[in-house]
Amino acid sequence: MNLDLTEEQEMLRRTARDFLAKEFPKTLVREMEEDPIGFRADIWKKMAELGWMGLIIPEEYDGSMGSFMDLLVLLEEMGRACLVSPFFSTAICTFPILDSGSEEQKRGFLPRIAAGEEILALALTEPAATYAAAGITTKAREDKKGCLINGTKLFVHDAQTAQHFLCIARTNFWSPPEEGITLFLVDAKSHGIRITPLPTIADDKQSEVLFDDVVVPGENMLGRLNGGWPVVRRLLERASVAKCAEMIGGTDWTVENCVAYAKERVQFGKPIGSFGIIQHYLAEMWTELGHARGLVYYAGWLLDQGFPCAREVAMAKARMSEVYRHCTRMGVQIFGGIGTTREHDMGLYYRRARQVLSLFGSPDFWREKVALEMRL
Amino acid sequence: MDFKFTPEQEALREESTEFCGEEAKRAPEGWIGGLAAEETDEGWAYHRSVVEKVAAKGWLCLPWPEEYGGQGHGPIEQLIFNEVTAYYRVPAIPMHFMTVAAGILMYGTEGQKKEWLPKMARAEINWAEGLSEPNAGSDLAALTTTAVADGDDYVINGQKVWTSGAHRADHIFILARTDPNLPRHRGLTFFINRIGPGIEFRPLIFMNRSHLYNETFIDDFRVSRRNIIGKLNQGWYVMMAGRNFARANVSVAAGGKRDLEDLIKYCKQTQEGGEFLAKKPLIRQRLADFAIDYEAALKFAYYVCWLQSKGKDVAAEAAACGYYANELNLRLANTAMEIMGLYGTLKGGSKWAPLYGKFQDLSQWSSGFTIAGGTTEIRKNVIAWTGLGLPRD
Ligand SMILES: Cc1cc2nc3c(=O)[nH]c(=O)nc-3n(C[C@H](O)[C@H](O)[C@H](O)COP(=O)(O)OP(=O)(O)OC[C@H]3O[C@@H](n4cnc5c(N)ncnc54)[C@H](O)[C@@H]3O)c2cc1C
Repeated sequence: MNLDLTEEQEMLRRTARDFLAKEFPKTLVREMEEDPIGFRADIWKKMAELGWMGLIIPEEYDGSMGSFMDLLVLLEEMGRACLVSPFFSTAICTFPILDSGSEEQKRGFLPRIAAGEEILALALTEPAATYAAAGITTKAREDKKGCLINGTKLFVHDAQTAQHFLCIARTNFWSPPEEGITLFLVDAKSHGIRITPLPTIADDKQSEVLFDDVVVPGENMLGRLNGGWPVVRRLLERASVAKCAEMIGGTDWTVENCVAYAKERVQFGKPIGSFGIIQHYLAEMWTELGHARGLVYYAGWLLDQGFPCAREVAMAKARMSEVYRHCTRMGVQIFGGIGTTREHDMGLYYRRARQVLSLFGSPDFWREKVALEMRL
Repeated sequence: MDFKFTPEQEALREESTEFCGEEAKRAPEGWIGGLAAEETDEGWAYHRSVVEKVAAKGWLCLPWPEEYGGQGHGPIEQLIFNEVTAYYRVPAIPMHFMTVAAGILMYGTEGQKKEWLPKMARAEINWAEGLSEPNAGSDLAALTTTAVADGDDYVINGQKVWTSGAHRADHIFILARTDPNLPRHRGLTFFINRIGPGIEFRPLIFMNRSHLYNETFIDDFRVSRRNIIGKLNQGWYVMMAGRNFARANVSVAAGGKRDLEDLIKYCKQTQEGGEFLAKKPLIRQRLADFAIDYEAALKFAYYVCWLQSKGKDVAAEAAACGYYANELNLRLANTAMEIMGLYGTLKGGSKWAPLYGKFQDLSQWSSGFTIAGGTTEIRKNVIAWTGLGLPRD
């Protein structure tokens, strides 16, 4: 057992924290929230130069062959900084290409991703808003020119900046839901794609994406026809744990800043941090974060090792979401009135915590998965 | 980061799992774990027989240096062993054993180590813990029991309370004030001795009618200077050595995890309105939530242990570990009772009581463990002060 980060991971963390503090201050976070694109090309380029886009990509495709744990370390810092960027979307869409892309697709996409030239967005959920295979009704059928995709995707992050969508479509309506799913890499410029932004509590960049007779060339099918669901499941596991890492960062920021404020803010002639009740709120937040962090790292480690971990992933996402929500709620309370304002940073985290709670499955959804894994 | 154990550690887990699995089969009917040991003669006999076997295997003192009868293992081996024994509810390491052992190992003289440790390794001593007093609980440094030098001895007078297991014990350790003029934490000394004239125990009956605790009246109890552990007036630190060890213990979560498994089994086998409890959405959610909680508690205990194995000061982490798991067990017991409805309130004597009435019993016991050895509130204070650096006043 060794529960320390590696030296490289420590270095990655330090670099990321310094970089984001300098390049992505909260003023810019707010600016990006108002901005319809929500993305700054110059910062994206610097992030690529730091090697972040290629972190999980093998060296032969210009990446640095990092582990999933490395990615978690980086995402933790991004969550801490409230970074607004299509990094997360691109990273999670990279996994299916790594897992089931052809040599040609890998050569076509991976070096471009690593260089920061290719942004991907996951077009998975639909109006049914579930993460079950049955929720996918967007239809892809063979056509003379390749495939024809029709359907509505909802809650698509970063659609407005993506060069390609990883579109999860149904290719067989007559089989069990899990057996008729296929993945496609769809050029975002394709004729028939319509993007409508969705305003959300976190002001993150989400859209409705309409596919209206969109033509996809045959070589852009990813993996086997009708064999896509296991790939999606793996993607969802990784995406969930990756989101947990962001949430760790956000919770960590919350606890740290609340502690600092509690030492500083004076009422009744004393710092509020000297009041037992505030001390106990903070001790609880710190304890809950510590406990949830262990679940997340463990799930991340299992994913890295390639061990089965459906139960552990479910545990991590269910718990981390609730801890983030709880801690940000307490955070606003501890900051008092000022914490409820648009100018104050606490609200950024408060709103994000509520956004990611439902993303990739709510705590109820994941607890039910845990129950199933326990054979209840 | 690597959650894998070494092959040797895996072997220890396997061997102790096998041992505990066997020993658990011999447990008296309705056995709920360590506490029950002190309660009945039957429980105590079982406790002793297992502890002697554990001692014979050398598992009682895994982390001690070999020269004192130990195995020279680290905190992680201890964690594995504690987790397994607690999970099987096998009475392996007697109450208070580690408090004294840690004190002697860290602060004892060579002579004291040679005198006491081998006897302890052979499980020949049953300890009672004489720390708390009627007016010194959370604020233990307020204690007023005194020890006054008289020739080669110290003469101790005062009253202790909550002395768990004293009626089964043959030895006691006592924290007593040896210098009233020094600041509160500094004037205390740590004594160990065979129980003898001058010590009287009176049962302090727990709310579930069991006899585990006692009041202890100390009247001219003589202890030789030789039996002071650590320096005179430095007893606080000797006590703390053992306390920190106890606080980071994985056993609380591991035992609770087993209780959860029992509850799950019950929910899978019990129907209500023609449907198994385990199929009801609300109950599934609750059970899953507890499973997550126990997994988190175990992983956190591992983390604290990992820090300890690196020699880090873990006062805050250990406090977090302790209060979280104890509160969790209490919540589990109460939720289990709620799920069982009226049946959940029945005691072990009834043929209608599910699981021998275990959860109503645990609901009472667990309410003691959020107090014992530092209340939830005190532990949160420790986190706030030492972990987060918040002002003490
Ligand atoms: C099951 C059990 C086994 C025990 N075994 C032993 C034993 O073997 N040997 C032994 O010596 N002792 C033993 N104890 C005693 C135990 O250590 C004390 O009960 C404990 O330290 C609390 O002290 P108290 O009961 O006097 O409560 P008090 O200290 O009077 O506390 C009462 C309430 O006030 C709160 N409180 C007190 N101070 C503060 C503060 N500063 N900030 C916030 N809240 C505060 C407490 O959290 C609690 O809620 C045992 C206790 C129990 C319940």
